[in-house]
Amino acid sequence: MIDAYSILWADLVALKRRGPRYLITTLVSPILYLVAFGWGLGRGINLNGTSYLEFVIPGIIALTAMTTSFNGAGTRLNVDRLYFKSFDECLMAPIGLTSLLMGKALIGVVRGLMSSVAFLIVALLISPHIHIGPQFLLGLLLTCLTFAFLGVLAALLARSHEDMAVFGSLILMPMTFLGGTFFSLSQVPVGLKYALYILPLTHSSLFLRAAALDQPLPWGSFLILLAFLMAFLVGGMMTLKKISI
Amino acid sequence: MSKMIEISGLNKNYSGKKVIDGLDLEIDHGELFGFLGPNGAGKTTAIRILTTLTKPSSGRVLINGIDVAREPASVKSEFGIVQQHLSLNRDLTISENLQLHARLHHLSKKERNQRIADLLDYVELSDHADYLIDDVSGGMKRRAMIARALIHRPKLLFLDEPTVGLDAQTRRKVWDLIRRMNVEGTTVFLTTHYIEEAEALCQRVGVLHHGRIIAIGSPLSLREKLGMIAVEMNLNGNGTEYKYFPDRVQAAQFIEGLPGTERVVMRESNLEDVFIELTGQKVLGGVT
Ligand SMILES: Nc1ncnc2c1ncn2[C@@H]1O[C@H](COP(=O)(O)OP(=O)(O)OP(=O)(O)O)[C@@H](O)[C@H]1O
Ligand SMILES: [Mg+2]
Repeated sequence: MIDAYSILWADLVALKRRGPRYLITTLVSPILYLVAFGWGLGRGINLNGTSYLEFVIPGIIALTAMTTSFNGAGTRLNVDRLYFKSFDECLMAPIGLTSLLMGKALIGVVRGLMSSVAFLIVALLISPHIHIGPQFLLGLLLTCLTFAFLGVLAALLARSHEDMAVFGSLILMPMTFLGGTFFSLSQVPVGLKYALYILPLTHSSLFLRAAALDQPLPWGSFLILLAFLMAFLVGGMMTLKKISI
Repeated sequence: MSKMIEISGLNKNYSGKKVIDGLDLEIDHGELFGFLGPNGAGKTTAIRILTTLTKPSSGRVLINGIDVAREPASVKSEFGIVQQHLSLNRDLTISENLQLHARLHHLSKKERNQRIADLLDYVELSDHADYLIDDVSGGMKRRAMIARALIHRPKLLFLDEPTVGLDAQTRRKVWDLIRRMNVEGTTVFLTTHYIEEAEALCQRVGVLHHGRIIAIGSPLSLREKLGMIAVEMNLNGNGTEYKYFPDRVQAAQFIEGLPGTERVVMRESNLEDVFIELTGQKVLGGVT
Protein backbone atom coordinates (compact mmCIF):
# COMPACT_ATOMS: atom_id res chain seq x y z
CA MET A 1 0.00 0.00 0.00
CA ILE A 2 2.85 2.33 0.76
CA ASP A 3 4.01 1.62 -2.79
CA ALA A 4 0.65 2.61 -4.23
CA TYR A 5 1.00 5.84 -2.31
CA SER A 6 4.49 6.42 -3.73
CA ILE A 7 3.08 6.15 -7.24
CA LEU A 8 0.22 8.44 -6.33
CA TRP A 9 2.64 10.85 -4.68
CA ALA A 10 4.40 11.56 -7.96
CA ASP A 11 1.12 12.19 -9.74
CA LEU A 12 -0.04 14.44 -6.92
CA VAL A 13 3.12 16.51 -7.16
CA ALA A 14 2.45 16.97 -10.86
CA LEU A 15 -1.19 17.82 -10.21
CA LYS A 16 -0.27 20.34 -7.54
CA ARG A 17 1.99 22.06 -10.03
CA ARG A 18 -0.96 22.46 -12.41
CA GLY A 19 -3.32 23.27 -9.54
CA PRO A 20 -5.82 26.02 -10.33
CA ARG A 21 -5.33 25.67 -14.06
CA TYR A 22 -6.50 22.08 -13.81
CA LEU A 23 -9.60 23.02 -11.84
CA ILE A 24 -10.61 25.68 -14.29
CA THR A 25 -10.21 23.57 -17.42
CA THR A 26 -12.03 20.69 -15.81
CA LEU A 27 -15.00 22.89 -14.97
CA VAL A 28 -15.52 24.14 -18.49
CA SER A 29 -17.42 21.26 -20.02
CA PRO A 30 -19.79 20.48 -17.13
CA ILE A 31 -20.73 24.14 -16.94
CA LEU A 32 -21.32 24.22 -20.67
CA TYR A 33 -23.57 21.16 -20.37
CA LEU A 34 -25.38 22.83 -17.52
CA VAL A 35 -25.97 25.98 -19.49
CA ALA A 36 -26.91 24.23 -22.74
CA PHE A 37 -29.15 21.52 -21.34
CA GLY A 38 -30.17 22.78 -17.93
CA TRP A 39 -31.02 26.33 -18.87
CA GLY A 40 -31.14 26.42 -22.62
CA LEU A 41 -32.98 23.28 -23.56
CA GLY A 42 -34.66 22.22 -20.38
CA ARG A 43 -36.01 25.46 -18.99
CA GLY A 44 -39.61 24.97 -18.08
CA ILE A 45 -39.53 21.18 -18.44
CA ASN A 46 -40.81 19.46 -15.37
CA LEU A 47 -40.16 15.79 -14.60
CA ASN A 48 -42.41 14.25 -11.96
CA GLY A 49 -42.31 17.35 -9.86
CA THR A 50 -38.59 18.16 -10.14
CA SER A 51 -37.28 20.86 -12.39
CA TYR A 52 -35.12 19.70 -15.28
CA LEU A 53 -32.22 21.60 -13.80
CA GLU A 54 -32.36 19.58 -10.60
CA PHE A 55 -32.76 16.48 -12.69
CA VAL A 56 -29.79 17.10 -14.91
CA ILE A 57 -27.22 18.23 -12.30
CA PRO A 58 -26.62 14.78 -10.78
CA GLY A 59 -26.31 13.41 -14.31
CA ILE A 60 -23.67 15.99 -15.17
CA ILE A 61 -21.85 15.16 -11.94
CA ALA A 62 -21.81 11.47 -12.84
CA LEU A 63 -20.59 12.40 -16.29
CA THR A 64 -17.88 14.69 -14.93
CA ALA A 65 -16.76 12.04 -12.49
CA MET A 66 -16.57 9.55 -15.34
CA THR A 67 -14.57 11.68 -17.76
CA THR A 68 -12.15 13.16 -15.27
CA SER A 69 -11.46 9.86 -13.50
CA PHE A 70 -11.01 8.04 -16.77
CA ASN A 71 -8.72 10.66 -18.24
CA GLY A 72 -7.03 11.43 -14.94
CA ALA A 73 -5.88 7.84 -14.66
CA GLY A 74 -5.91 6.68 -18.27
CA THR A 75 -4.50 9.56 -20.23
CA ARG A 76 -1.76 10.08 -17.66
CA LEU A 77 -0.79 6.44 -17.76
CA ASN A 78 -0.94 6.33 -21.55
CA VAL A 79 1.48 9.24 -21.76
CA ASP A 80 3.74 7.77 -19.07
CA ARG A 81 3.79 4.43 -20.77
CA LEU A 82 4.06 5.24 -24.46
CA TYR A 83 5.46 8.74 -24.58
CA PHE A 84 7.55 9.47 -21.49
CA LYS A 85 8.38 5.77 -21.09
CA SER A 86 8.63 6.44 -17.39
CA PHE A 87 6.16 3.64 -16.72
CA ASP A 88 9.01 1.23 -17.57
CA GLU A 89 10.75 2.52 -14.49
CA CYS A 90 7.73 1.65 -12.36
CA LEU A 91 7.68 -1.82 -13.89
CA MET A 92 11.33 -2.29 -12.93
CA ALA A 93 10.80 -1.10 -9.36
CA PRO A 94 10.58 -3.75 -6.66
CA ILE A 95 6.89 -3.25 -5.93
CA GLY A 96 3.87 -5.47 -6.33
CA LEU A 97 1.75 -5.24 -9.44
CA THR A 98 -1.35 -4.65 -7.32
CA SER A 99 0.24 -1.60 -5.74
CA LEU A 100 1.27 -0.36 -9.15
CA LEU A 101 -2.25 -0.76 -10.51
CA MET A 102 -3.82 0.90 -7.47
CA GLY A 103 -1.33 3.74 -7.51
CA LYS A 104 -1.99 4.48 -11.13
CA ALA A 105 -5.78 4.40 -10.61
CA LEU A 106 -5.75 6.56 -7.49
CA ILE A 107 -4.74 9.72 -9.30
CA GLY A 108 -7.85 9.27 -11.43
CA VAL A 109 -9.97 9.03 -8.31
CA VAL A 110 -8.38 12.15 -6.85
CA ARG A 111 -8.87 14.12 -10.05
CA GLY A 112 -12.41 12.78 -10.48
CA LEU A 113 -13.39 13.78 -6.96
CA MET A 114 -11.77 17.19 -7.29
CA SER A 115 -13.60 18.00 -10.50
CA SER A 116 -16.97 16.68 -9.43
CA VAL A 117 -16.82 18.40 -6.09
CA ALA A 118 -15.80 21.66 -7.75
CA PHE A 119 -18.73 21.37 -10.12
CA LEU A 120 -20.98 20.37 -7.27
CA ILE A 121 -20.14 23.61 -5.50
CA VAL A 122 -21.06 25.58 -8.61
CA ALA A 123 -24.26 23.55 -8.94
CA LEU A 124 -25.21 24.15 -5.32
CA LEU A 125 -24.94 27.88 -5.87
CA ILE A 126 -27.42 27.57 -8.71
CA SER A 127 -29.73 24.99 -7.27
CA PRO A 128 -29.46 24.78 -3.48
CA HIS A 129 -32.18 22.11 -3.18
CA ILE A 130 -29.86 19.29 -4.17
CA HIS A 131 -29.43 16.88 -1.34
CA ILE A 132 -25.83 15.93 -0.68
CA GLY A 133 -25.52 13.21 1.91
CA PRO A 134 -23.14 10.38 2.64
CA GLN A 135 -24.93 8.14 0.11
CA PHE A 136 -24.34 10.66 -2.63
CA LEU A 137 -20.65 10.88 -1.77
CA LEU A 138 -20.41 7.10 -1.62
CA GLY A 139 -21.93 6.83 -5.08
CA LEU A 140 -19.56 9.51 -6.33
CA LEU A 141 -16.54 7.70 -4.91
CA LEU A 142 -17.63 4.43 -6.48
CA THR A 143 -18.14 6.14 -9.83
CA CYS A 144 -14.66 7.65 -9.68
CA LEU A 145 -13.09 4.33 -8.71
CA THR A 146 -14.88 2.45 -11.46
CA PHE A 147 -13.90 4.80 -14.25
CA ALA A 148 -10.37 5.34 -12.96
CA PHE A 149 -9.79 1.60 -13.22
CA LEU A 150 -11.41 1.57 -16.64
CA GLY A 151 -8.96 4.31 -17.63
CA VAL A 152 -6.01 2.28 -16.37
CA LEU A 153 -7.27 -0.78 -18.22
CA ALA A 154 -7.66 1.17 -21.45
CA ALA A 155 -4.19 2.71 -21.10
CA LEU A 156 -2.61 -0.68 -20.49
CA LEU A 157 -4.33 -2.14 -23.53
CA ALA A 158 -3.59 0.81 -25.81
CA ARG A 159 -0.78 0.41 -28.28
CA SER A 160 -0.78 4.05 -29.32
CA HIS A 161 -2.17 7.42 -28.41
CA GLU A 162 -4.82 6.98 -31.09
CA ASP A 163 -6.08 3.85 -29.36
CA MET A 164 -6.85 5.99 -26.35
CA ALA A 165 -8.76 8.49 -28.48
CA VAL A 166 -10.67 5.67 -30.17
CA PHE A 167 -11.58 4.27 -26.78
CA GLY A 168 -12.79 7.70 -25.75
CA SER A 169 -15.05 8.19 -28.71
CA LEU A 170 -16.32 4.61 -28.84
CA ILE A 171 -16.99 4.07 -25.16
CA LEU A 172 -17.02 7.35 -23.26
CA MET A 173 -18.76 9.54 -25.81
CA PRO A 174 -21.88 7.35 -26.16
CA MET A 175 -22.07 7.04 -22.41
CA THR A 176 -21.85 10.80 -22.04
CA PHE A 177 -25.09 11.28 -23.90
CA LEU A 178 -26.88 7.99 -23.33
CA GLY A 179 -25.92 7.04 -19.79
CA GLY A 180 -29.06 8.45 -18.22
CA THR A 181 -27.36 11.79 -17.86
CA PHE A 182 -29.63 14.14 -19.77
CA PHE A 183 -32.90 12.24 -19.96
CA SER A 184 -34.89 9.86 -17.86
CA LEU A 185 -34.76 6.20 -18.82
CA SER A 186 -38.49 5.96 -18.26
CA GLN A 187 -38.97 8.08 -21.35
CA VAL A 188 -37.20 5.81 -23.83
CA PRO A 189 -38.54 2.68 -25.59
CA VAL A 190 -38.13 -0.52 -23.61
CA GLY A 191 -35.55 -2.10 -25.94
CA LEU A 192 -33.25 0.88 -25.78
CA LYS A 193 -33.78 1.14 -22.08
CA TYR A 194 -32.35 -2.33 -21.50
CA ALA A 195 -29.49 -1.59 -23.83
CA LEU A 196 -28.68 1.48 -21.78
CA TYR A 197 -28.58 -0.57 -18.60
CA ILE A 198 -25.42 -2.16 -19.97
CA LEU A 199 -23.58 1.13 -19.58
CA PRO A 200 -21.94 1.65 -16.21
CA LEU A 201 -22.60 5.38 -16.36
CA THR A 202 -26.35 4.71 -16.44
CA HIS A 203 -26.08 3.18 -13.00
CA SER A 204 -23.97 6.04 -11.68
CA SER A 205 -26.55 8.53 -12.92
CA LEU A 206 -29.43 6.57 -11.46
CA PHE A 207 -27.79 6.24 -8.11
CA LEU A 208 -26.49 9.78 -7.86
CA ARG A 209 -29.78 11.25 -9.04
CA ALA A 210 -31.82 9.29 -6.54
CA ALA A 211 -29.43 10.34 -3.78
CA ALA A 212 -29.45 13.99 -4.84
CA LEU A 213 -33.23 14.14 -5.12
CA ASP A 214 -33.66 12.26 -1.85
CA GLN A 215 -35.55 9.42 -3.52
CA PRO A 216 -35.33 5.68 -2.67
CA LEU A 217 -31.84 4.52 -3.60
CA PRO A 218 -31.41 1.96 -6.40
CA TRP A 219 -28.96 -0.32 -4.59
CA GLY A 220 -29.12 -2.70 -7.53
CA SER A 221 -27.36 -0.05 -9.60
CA PHE A 222 -24.81 0.34 -6.84
CA LEU A 223 -24.03 -3.37 -6.94
CA ILE A 224 -23.81 -3.39 -10.72
CA LEU A 225 -21.37 -0.52 -10.56
CA LEU A 226 -19.39 -2.43 -7.98
CA ALA A 227 -19.34 -5.42 -10.33
CA PHE A 228 -18.04 -3.18 -13.13
CA LEU A 229 -15.32 -1.94 -10.79
CA MET A 230 -14.26 -5.49 -9.98
CA ALA A 231 -14.26 -6.43 -13.66
CA PHE A 232 -12.08 -3.45 -14.61
CA LEU A 233 -9.77 -4.14 -11.70
CA VAL A 234 -9.32 -7.78 -12.63
CA GLY A 235 -8.97 -6.89 -16.30
CA GLY A 236 -6.31 -4.31 -15.42
CA MET A 237 -4.46 -6.80 -13.26
CA MET A 238 -4.44 -9.41 -16.01
CA THR A 239 -3.24 -6.95 -18.61
CA LEU A 240 -0.50 -5.69 -16.30
CA LYS A 241 0.64 -9.26 -15.67
CA LYS A 242 0.88 -9.77 -19.39
CA ILE A 243 2.86 -6.58 -19.93
CA SER A 244 5.35 -7.17 -17.17
CA ILE A 245 7.02 -10.49 -16.55
CA MET B 1 30.82 -17.77 -5.97
CA SER B 2 28.15 -17.32 -8.58
CA LYS B 3 28.48 -14.89 -11.46
CA MET B 4 26.79 -11.51 -11.51
CA ILE B 5 25.06 -12.38 -14.77
CA GLU B 6 24.58 -15.80 -16.32
CA ILE B 7 22.76 -16.03 -19.62
CA SER B 8 22.24 -19.36 -21.29
CA GLY B 9 20.55 -20.23 -24.54
CA LEU B 10 18.69 -16.94 -24.71
CA ASN B 11 16.39 -16.37 -27.69
CA LYS B 12 13.95 -13.65 -28.56
CA ASN B 13 11.78 -13.59 -31.66
CA TYR B 14 9.67 -10.73 -32.83
CA SER B 15 7.06 -12.01 -35.26
CA GLY B 16 9.31 -14.80 -36.47
CA LYS B 17 12.43 -12.64 -36.70
CA LYS B 18 15.30 -13.72 -34.47
CA VAL B 19 16.47 -10.67 -32.55
CA ILE B 20 18.45 -12.56 -29.90
CA ASP B 21 19.83 -15.78 -31.26
CA GLY B 22 21.11 -18.31 -28.77
CA LEU B 23 22.96 -15.95 -26.50
CA ASP B 24 25.30 -17.38 -23.86
CA LEU B 25 27.20 -15.02 -21.62
CA GLU B 26 28.68 -14.81 -18.15
CA ILE B 27 29.73 -11.67 -16.38
CA ASP B 28 31.75 -11.62 -13.18
CA HIS B 29 31.17 -9.52 -10.13
CA GLY B 30 32.92 -6.18 -10.49
CA GLU B 31 33.39 -6.42 -14.23
CA LEU B 32 32.96 -3.53 -16.65
CA PHE B 33 31.52 -5.26 -19.67
CA GLY B 34 30.37 -3.77 -22.95
CA PHE B 35 28.10 -4.94 -25.71
CA LEU B 36 29.27 -3.48 -28.96
CA GLY B 37 27.06 -3.72 -32.00
CA PRO B 38 25.46 -1.80 -34.83
CA ASN B 39 21.88 -0.50 -34.85
CA GLY B 40 19.43 -3.31 -34.53
CA ALA B 41 21.99 -5.85 -33.28
CA GLY B 42 19.77 -6.64 -30.32
CA LYS B 43 21.60 -4.76 -27.56
CA THR B 44 18.55 -3.05 -26.13
CA THR B 45 16.45 -6.17 -26.44
CA ALA B 46 19.06 -8.09 -24.45
CA ILE B 47 19.07 -5.46 -21.73
CA ARG B 48 15.28 -5.33 -21.61
CA ILE B 49 15.20 -9.07 -21.05
CA LEU B 50 17.82 -8.83 -18.31
CA THR B 51 15.86 -6.10 -16.57
CA THR B 52 12.45 -7.85 -16.64
CA LEU B 53 10.88 -5.54 -19.21
CA THR B 54 10.69 -8.09 -22.01
CA LYS B 55 9.93 -11.77 -21.87
CA PRO B 56 12.46 -13.97 -23.67
CA SER B 57 11.16 -16.55 -26.14
CA SER B 58 13.40 -19.13 -24.50
CA GLY B 59 16.53 -19.41 -22.41
CA ARG B 60 17.52 -18.56 -18.90
CA VAL B 61 18.91 -15.51 -17.17
CA LEU B 62 20.32 -15.40 -13.66
CA ILE B 63 21.23 -12.14 -12.01
CA ASN B 64 23.32 -12.55 -8.90
CA GLY B 65 22.04 -16.11 -8.81
CA ILE B 66 18.37 -15.13 -9.03
CA ASP B 67 16.28 -16.39 -11.93
CA VAL B 68 14.81 -13.36 -13.70
CA ALA B 69 11.80 -15.21 -15.09
CA ARG B 70 10.93 -16.95 -11.83
CA GLU B 71 11.59 -14.20 -9.32
CA PRO B 72 11.28 -10.91 -11.16
CA ALA B 73 10.25 -9.17 -7.94
CA SER B 74 13.47 -9.96 -6.07
CA VAL B 75 15.68 -9.39 -9.09
CA LYS B 76 14.39 -5.84 -9.39
CA SER B 77 16.26 -4.57 -6.36
CA GLU B 78 19.55 -6.01 -7.60
CA PHE B 79 20.10 -3.73 -10.55
CA GLY B 80 19.89 -0.15 -11.64
CA ILE B 81 19.36 0.87 -15.22
CA VAL B 82 19.82 3.83 -17.50
CA GLN B 83 17.71 3.20 -20.54
CA GLN B 84 18.64 4.20 -24.06
CA HIS B 85 15.72 6.57 -24.40
CA LEU B 86 14.78 9.21 -21.89
CA SER B 87 12.58 7.67 -19.24
CA LEU B 88 12.30 10.47 -16.73
CA ASN B 89 8.91 11.65 -15.58
CA ARG B 90 8.67 15.00 -17.30
CA ASP B 91 6.00 16.33 -14.97
CA LEU B 92 8.54 16.24 -12.18
CA THR B 93 11.78 18.03 -11.37
CA ILE B 94 15.10 16.21 -11.30
CA SER B 95 15.03 15.81 -7.54
CA GLU B 96 11.37 14.72 -7.54
CA ASN B 97 12.26 12.05 -10.08
CA LEU B 98 14.93 10.79 -7.72
CA GLN B 99 12.48 11.02 -4.81
CA LEU B 100 10.00 8.81 -6.61
CA HIS B 101 12.63 6.22 -7.39
CA ALA B 102 13.90 6.26 -3.81
CA ARG B 103 10.37 5.80 -2.48
CA LEU B 104 9.74 2.88 -4.81
CA HIS B 105 12.94 1.32 -3.53
CA HIS B 106 11.80 1.79 0.06
CA LEU B 107 14.48 4.12 1.33
CA SER B 108 13.57 5.83 4.58
CA LYS B 109 12.87 9.52 4.43
CA LYS B 110 16.16 10.49 6.02
CA GLU B 111 18.14 8.12 3.85
CA ARG B 112 16.31 9.39 0.79
CA ASN B 113 17.17 13.01 1.22
CA GLN B 114 20.79 12.30 2.10
CA ARG B 115 21.24 9.93 -0.82
CA ILE B 116 19.64 12.30 -3.31
CA ALA B 117 21.80 15.19 -2.17
CA ASP B 118 24.93 13.01 -2.44
CA LEU B 119 24.06 11.69 -5.87
CA LEU B 120 23.15 15.06 -7.31
CA ASP B 121 26.52 16.21 -6.12
CA TYR B 122 28.15 13.12 -7.63
CA VAL B 123 26.71 13.81 -11.08
CA GLU B 124 27.13 17.57 -10.67
CA LEU B 125 23.46 18.45 -10.79
CA SER B 126 23.02 20.01 -7.37
CA ASP B 127 22.35 23.40 -8.91
CA HIS B 128 19.63 21.98 -11.12
CA ALA B 129 17.84 19.80 -8.59
CA ASP B 130 14.62 21.78 -8.83
CA TYR B 131 14.51 22.18 -12.59
CA LEU B 132 11.80 20.45 -14.52
CA ILE B 133 13.12 17.78 -16.88
CA ASP B 134 12.20 19.73 -19.99
CA ASP B 135 14.20 22.70 -18.76
CA VAL B 136 17.62 21.03 -18.64
CA SER B 137 20.03 19.94 -21.36
CA GLY B 138 20.34 16.44 -22.78
CA GLY B 139 23.55 15.78 -20.90
CA MET B 140 21.92 16.78 -17.64
CA LYS B 141 18.98 14.47 -18.31
CA ARG B 142 21.38 11.61 -18.92
CA ARG B 143 23.24 12.33 -15.70
CA ALA B 144 19.93 12.60 -13.84
CA MET B 145 19.08 9.15 -15.14
CA ILE B 146 22.42 7.83 -13.94
CA ALA B 147 21.84 9.35 -10.51
CA ARG B 148 18.38 7.83 -10.40
CA ALA B 149 19.70 4.40 -11.32
CA LEU B 150 22.18 4.54 -8.43
CA ILE B 151 19.82 5.56 -5.64
CA HIS B 152 19.26 2.13 -4.18
CA ARG B 153 22.98 1.27 -4.38
CA PRO B 154 22.58 -1.50 -6.96
CA LYS B 155 25.43 -3.97 -7.29
CA LEU B 156 24.79 -4.14 -11.01
CA LEU B 157 24.26 -1.22 -13.33
CA PHE B 158 22.94 -1.43 -16.89
CA LEU B 159 23.75 1.47 -19.17
CA ASP B 160 22.13 1.34 -22.59
CA GLU B 161 24.14 3.72 -24.76
CA PRO B 162 24.90 6.05 -21.88
CA THR B 163 26.59 8.72 -23.99
CA VAL B 164 24.40 8.88 -27.06
CA GLY B 165 23.90 12.47 -28.15
CA LEU B 166 26.33 13.95 -25.65
CA ASP B 167 29.05 16.43 -26.56
CA ALA B 168 32.67 15.29 -26.28
CA GLN B 169 33.21 16.99 -22.95
CA THR B 170 30.09 15.62 -21.30
CA ARG B 171 30.86 12.20 -22.69
CA ARG B 172 34.26 12.22 -20.99
CA LYS B 173 32.55 13.20 -17.75
CA VAL B 174 30.12 10.33 -18.02
CA TRP B 175 33.01 7.97 -18.80
CA ASP B 176 34.79 9.12 -15.65
CA LEU B 177 31.61 8.57 -13.71
CA ILE B 178 31.23 5.05 -15.06
CA ARG B 179 34.85 4.18 -14.25
CA ARG B 180 34.46 5.57 -10.77
CA MET B 181 31.32 3.56 -10.09
CA ASN B 182 33.08 0.46 -11.31
CA VAL B 183 36.12 1.10 -9.14
CA GLU B 184 33.77 1.52 -6.19
CA GLY B 185 32.52 -2.00 -6.75
CA THR B 186 29.55 -1.76 -9.12
CA THR B 187 29.39 -4.28 -11.92
CA VAL B 188 28.68 -2.35 -15.11
CA PHE B 189 27.03 -3.74 -18.23
CA LEU B 190 26.89 -1.15 -20.96
CA THR B 191 26.00 -1.14 -24.61
CA THR B 192 27.42 1.17 -27.17
CA HIS B 193 27.96 1.52 -30.84
CA TYR B 194 30.87 3.85 -30.28
CA ILE B 195 34.01 1.81 -30.78
CA GLU B 196 36.15 4.23 -28.84
CA GLU B 197 33.76 4.07 -25.93
CA ALA B 198 34.06 0.32 -25.69
CA GLU B 199 37.82 0.60 -26.09
CA ALA B 200 38.18 3.32 -23.48
CA LEU B 201 35.94 1.81 -20.83
CA CYS B 202 35.47 -1.91 -21.05
CA GLN B 203 37.62 -4.63 -19.61
CA ARG B 204 35.79 -7.06 -21.84
CA VAL B 205 33.76 -6.47 -24.96
CA GLY B 206 31.23 -8.71 -26.63
CA VAL B 207 30.59 -7.93 -30.27
CA LEU B 208 26.92 -8.46 -30.94
CA HIS B 209 25.70 -8.96 -34.47
CA HIS B 210 22.23 -10.14 -35.49
CA GLY B 211 21.59 -11.20 -31.91
CA ARG B 212 24.71 -13.32 -31.67
CA ILE B 213 28.05 -12.73 -29.97
CA ILE B 214 30.56 -13.06 -32.76
CA ALA B 215 33.61 -12.21 -30.69
CA ILE B 216 34.33 -11.66 -27.05
CA GLY B 217 37.40 -10.64 -25.07
CA SER B 218 39.39 -7.65 -23.93
CA PRO B 219 39.77 -4.92 -26.56
CA LEU B 220 43.46 -5.78 -26.68
CA SER B 221 42.95 -9.51 -27.14
CA LEU B 222 40.45 -8.88 -29.92
CA ARG B 223 42.98 -6.70 -31.69
CA GLU B 224 45.72 -9.24 -31.15
CA LYS B 225 43.63 -11.89 -32.78
CA LEU B 226 43.24 -9.71 -35.83
CA GLY B 227 46.74 -8.25 -35.81
CA MET B 228 47.99 -5.21 -33.95
CA ILE B 229 49.09 -3.39 -37.09
CA ALA B 230 46.76 -2.43 -39.90
CA VAL B 231 47.78 -1.54 -43.43
CA GLU B 232 45.31 0.51 -45.41
CA MET B 233 45.70 0.46 -49.18
CA ASN B 234 43.85 3.16 -50.99
CA LEU B 235 43.19 1.83 -54.48
CA ASN B 236 42.90 5.22 -56.17
CA GLY B 237 39.18 5.59 -55.99
CA ASN B 238 38.41 1.87 -56.09
CA GLY B 239 37.86 1.66 -52.36
CA THR B 240 40.20 0.73 -49.55
CA GLU B 241 41.65 -2.64 -48.70
CA TYR B 242 42.87 -3.62 -45.26
CA LYS B 243 45.50 -6.12 -44.19
CA TYR B 244 46.48 -6.93 -40.62
CA PHE B 245 49.82 -7.97 -39.21
CA PRO B 246 51.10 -8.99 -35.79
CA ASP B 247 53.87 -6.36 -35.89
CA ARG B 248 55.35 -3.48 -37.88
CA VAL B 249 58.19 -5.53 -39.35
CA GLN B 250 55.85 -7.92 -41.13
CA ALA B 251 53.64 -5.06 -42.20
CA ALA B 252 56.64 -3.22 -43.67
CA GLN B 253 57.73 -6.32 -45.58
CA PHE B 254 54.28 -6.59 -47.07
CA ILE B 255 54.28 -2.95 -48.15
CA GLU B 256 57.69 -3.34 -49.85
CA GLY B 257 56.27 -6.17 -51.92
CA LEU B 258 53.50 -3.98 -53.31
CA PRO B 259 53.64 -2.59 -56.86
CA GLY B 260 53.55 0.93 -55.41
CA THR B 261 50.62 2.31 -57.33
CA GLU B 262 48.43 2.67 -54.29
CA ARG B 263 48.58 5.03 -51.33
CA VAL B 264 49.44 3.05 -48.25
CA VAL B 265 48.94 3.87 -44.57
CA MET B 266 50.38 1.82 -41.73
CA ARG B 267 48.76 2.29 -38.31
CA GLU B 268 47.75 0.49 -35.14
CA SER B 269 44.63 -1.57 -35.50
CA ASN B 270 41.57 -0.78 -33.40
CA LEU B 271 38.29 -2.31 -32.38
CA GLU B 272 36.63 -0.87 -35.43
CA ASP B 273 38.91 -2.97 -37.63
CA VAL B 274 37.95 -6.01 -35.59
CA PHE B 275 34.34 -5.16 -36.04
CA ILE B 276 34.53 -4.63 -39.76
CA GLU B 277 36.50 -7.81 -40.31
CA LEU B 278 33.99 -9.78 -38.30
CA THR B 279 30.82 -8.37 -39.73
CA GLY B 280 31.79 -6.84 -43.03
CA GLN B 281 29.90 -3.85 -41.79
CA LYS B 282 30.96 -0.54 -40.36
CA VAL B 283 29.56 0.41 -36.98
CA LEU B 284 27.52 3.50 -37.46
CA GLY B 285 28.37 6.31 -35.15
CA GLY B 286 26.01 9.12 -34.32
CA VAL B 287 22.47 9.29 -33.18
CA THR B 288 20.15 6.31 -33.29
N1 LIG C 1 8.90 -4.46 -29.58
C1 LIG C 1 9.44 -4.87 -30.75
N2 LIG C 1 8.67 -5.41 -31.71
C2 LIG C 1 9.21 -5.85 -32.87
N3 LIG C 1 10.51 -5.76 -33.17
C3 LIG C 1 11.33 -5.23 -32.26
C4 LIG C 1 10.85 -4.76 -31.00
N4 LIG C 1 11.89 -4.29 -30.30
C5 LIG C 1 12.97 -4.45 -31.09
N5 LIG C 1 12.65 -5.02 -32.26
C6 LIG C 1 13.59 -5.35 -33.34
O1 LIG C 1 14.66 -6.04 -32.78
C7 LIG C 1 15.87 -5.68 -33.41
C8 LIG C 1 16.89 -5.31 -32.37
O2 LIG C 1 16.51 -4.10 -31.75
P1 LIG C 1 17.31 -3.48 -30.54
O3 LIG C 1 16.59 -2.26 -30.12
O4 LIG C 1 17.54 -4.53 -29.52
O5 LIG C 1 18.69 -3.10 -31.23
P2 LIG C 1 19.90 -2.29 -30.66
O6 LIG C 1 21.09 -3.14 -30.80
O7 LIG C 1 19.59 -1.77 -29.32
O8 LIG C 1 19.98 -1.10 -31.71
P3 LIG C 1 20.31 0.44 -31.49
O9 LIG C 1 21.79 0.57 -31.59
O10 LIG C 1 19.65 1.07 -32.65
O11 LIG C 1 19.75 0.86 -30.19
C9 LIG C 1 15.54 -4.58 -34.39
O12 LIG C 1 15.51 -5.12 -35.67
C10 LIG C 1 14.17 -4.12 -33.98
O13 LIG C 1 13.43 -3.74 -35.10
MG1 LIG D 1 19.40 0.02 -28.48
